[in-house]
Amino acid sequence: MHKPTSFIRLFAIIGCCFFFLATNARAEQVVVYSARIEQLIKPMFDAFTRETGIQVKFTTDKEGALLARLKAEGRRTPADVLITVDAGNLWEAARAGLLKSISSPILESNIPAHLRDPRGQWFGLSVRARTLVYNTQKVKPTELSTYEDLADPKWKGRLCLRTSKKVYNQSLVAMMIAEHGEAETERIVKGWVANLATEPLSDDTKALEFVAAGRCDVTVINTYYFGRLMEANPALPLAIFWPNQNNSGVHVNISGAGVTQYSKNERSAIKLLEFLSSDKAQNLFADINMEYPANPQIQPSETVSAWGEFKQNQMNVVKAGELQTTAVKLMDRAGYR
Amino acid sequence: MKNENYFTKGDKTVDPPQTFFHLKGAANIWRIIPFLIAALILIPIAVVFSSVFMPANDVWQHLVETTLLTLLINTFWLALGVLTGSALLGVSLAWFTAVYEFPGSRFFSWALLLPLAIPAYVTAFVVLGLFDYTGPIQTNLRTWLGTELPWFPDLYGRSGVILVMTLAFYPYVYLMARNAFLTQGKRLLEVAQSLGLNQRQGFFKVSLPMARPWIAGGLMLTLMETLADFGTVAIFNYDTFTTAIYKAWFGLFSLPAASQLASLLILIVFVVIIAEQQFRIRMRYAETKRSARVDRIALSGWRSSAVACFAASVLFLAFILPIIQLSIWAIQSLMESFDQRYFEFLFHSVLLSAAATLITCFAALLLVYAARLYSDTTTRIAVRIATIGYALPGAVLAVGIFIPVVWVDDLLNAWWLKLFQVEIGFLIQGTLGVMLIAYMTRFLAVGHYPIDSAMQRITRNIDEAAMGFGLTGWSILRRIHLPILKTGIFTAAALVFVDVMKEMPITLMTRPFGWDTLAVRIFALTSEGEWEHAALPAVTLVMAGLVPIILLMRQTDK
Repeated sequence: MHKPTSFIRLFAIIGCCFFFLATNARAEQVVVYSARIEQLIKPMFDAFTRETGIQVKFTTDKEGALLARLKAEGRRTPADVLITVDAGNLWEAARAGLLKSISSPILESNIPAHLRDPRGQWFGLSVRARTLVYNTQKVKPTELSTYEDLADPKWKGRLCLRTSKKVYNQSLVAMMIAEHGEAETERIVKGWVANLATEPLSDDTKALEFVAAGRCDVTVINTYYFGRLMEANPALPLAIFWPNQNNSGVHVNISGAGVTQYSKNERSAIKLLEFLSSDKAQNLFADINMEYPANPQIQPSETVSAWGEFKQNQMNVVKAGELQTTAVKLMDRAGYR
Repeated sequence: MKNENYFTKGDKTVDPPQTFFHLKGAANIWRIIPFLIAALILIPIAVVFSSVFMPANDVWQHLVETTLLTLLINTFWLALGVLTGSALLGVSLAWFTAVYEFPGSRFFSWALLLPLAIPAYVTAFVVLGLFDYTGPIQTNLRTWLGTELPWFPDLYGRSGVILVMTLAFYPYVYLMARNAFLTQGKRLLEVAQSLGLNQRQGFFKVSLPMARPWIAGGLMLTLMETLADFGTVAIFNYDTFTTAIYKAWFGLFSLPAASQLASLLILIVFVVIIAEQQFRIRMRYAETKRSARVDRIALSGWRSSAVACFAASVLFLAFILPIIQLSIWAIQSLMESFDQRYFEFLFHSVLLSAAATLITCFAALLLVYAARLYSDTTTRIAVRIATIGYALPGAVLAVGIFIPVVWVDDLLNAWWLKLFQVEIGFLIQGTLGVMLIAYMTRFLAVGHYPIDSAMQRITRNIDEAAMGFGLTGWSILRRIHLPILKTGIFTAAALVFVDVMKEMPITLMTRPFGWDTLAVRIFALTSEGEWEHAALPAVTLVMAGLVPIILLMRQTDK
């Protein structure tokens, strides 16, 4: 006779599960898939919950894995918001139909046009500037001018670069293709490769250390890596140079977010994005990783401001996505590992 | 060996459950077990393979035109180098610690396993940090000499990555070979010597060939781990087939091309595995009585110092150096990165690893035993398929697992919707069950090889004798095989436990909300280049991984 009782028990358990699911669903909440890591998003989510009472549930993973996951889950995805650290991935998410076009006057006024998708599928939330850093004992700043100039033979054996497998370099080259065309960009990248002092390195910090140790004279990095390294060791003979100030401007990328195509809490999701673009969150969002706020009304942190003001490349970062594959192939052809 | 016990017990073992297995239909359970397990694991692999039907010609054309040849050559040398290095280190150290007495031999016998607990990419980062141009070694040498160094080994080349991966992966071979040498016993060597062979000849002509299945198993694990590795080669910026997979996926936004490349990788590994298996299929490896530890041969004079130095330097490079560096970083960042949640991360890591170990080893045991009962070609192939998940880059396998899970959820939903007119959302996705099965898919090979090679030690005669006493099915496994397989099972368990602790992509993709582990924490910190801050979770992970390794060694040395 114990069969029926165990069935009843089973149903009771299932019933409880549904009750739990149902009550859970009633509390207002936003689910975020984030490629931006926990310690760079959690404080803003906490602030958001304090202000609005809306809970934020999130999971982190690599961009590619998150996109594959959204694609597989399709219209049943629990995710309302996707956050990534690079325009290319946001562009790819939009192209794959994973993001929804939204219109929000707040977002549109807070975020400059070149840092968001023209169709409103994603919005930049912080700006990452990819700039030049040189060894102050070996290079006079007057020697430096542009990214393109690093292909000049005068830099032979003096350049260090991070690997082309990193999306930051792919975006930089993609923007150069948008500006100069493929043939000219390939010539420049080949010039870089010819000037390398050592094989491409695995990360920006490594490249900075190589410059500081005198293995090479100049490198291209995201500024927050410079900030972190100098904070730990202020005596290093390194300084920032803002390139391309007389023409296109410094290459910038974004970390940004979009509302997922099948979000069930669209209103709350938009509210979260608006909050993240507002003055309440922008400082925190950027300062926590020494990045620049995407909202031009907000000043970057003191450390970051001390590096000086610069002209940003005003071309829409959507180009970085559109041309990423072209850039990757171009760098393979040019022998840039 | 306690065979006598079983035979005496054999008289009274005819209780009802066992007669059940005399029935024809029930006996077939063992016939289909390998196929069931293989089918389960084949699902994600099939998802990866199904990419073959999707268009990705442009990516292939691009690869063929630019980097494919280099990648293949790089991968070949890397695999060959790491296999050779691991075989040399693993087998020699196993031989020394299993057979000889030298200063510290008892300490080294377990300490040499410790590198297993350190993820390879961590060793890579630490070794490069210490020895490359900006590291303290070269910097101090430069200050000391007052000039640029005339020459220093270039770690960013092929030799550097081979060295680091060898240091990280030799314990697989060491552990397996050591089990072989211990279970062979010294008696084998004595027989060899009575036939006029000296110790060296005895090793090369008798002990080494007799240890073949163990060493081959360890090398297979090393090969698969090497081919699937992404973290280590990325730190060296050494381009392999796996880096191409990731480039196709993340750089060229082509998951189909990435999956196709991964399918090719599996095919290559599969061919190697089958070839290796065919090579030793006709051999039988039986156990002699196991010798007690007191029988070890004492090495004397310069020989013992040389062996001790060799073992010490391997241990220093592969474990002590990385752990010192990690500890320094961990102490530096202790104040900033430590919080209450560390205990939660640790708890999650240990719980998941333990549960995954249990499932994986149980599946491996069933697989091994079933394959022993029915050793026809189809069963053997099914077993090989079931253990192929280890050769796939983790992130690709994670997607392969995720897609069918969602698909099952969709089916359940459709069915539920029809019955009750409500949607229930995801039922199985995001549950721990999926996570554990995913781990099993990935690590079944790690559980399989140690148990499989231990099974080779059990002669057919034992089975026949047991059947003569009326034992069948489960009872042979439980009463006769399990006690003999104990060492193999413990080995498998320790390896799987440590591997699951270190695993990243599957954990990231399948974990339920809020189920962060130490590995997830390391990912979070290293992905923004904050290696120093990642030291604390890394040290914790290593320490937690040491526990099963030390338990294992106490078990095998008994």
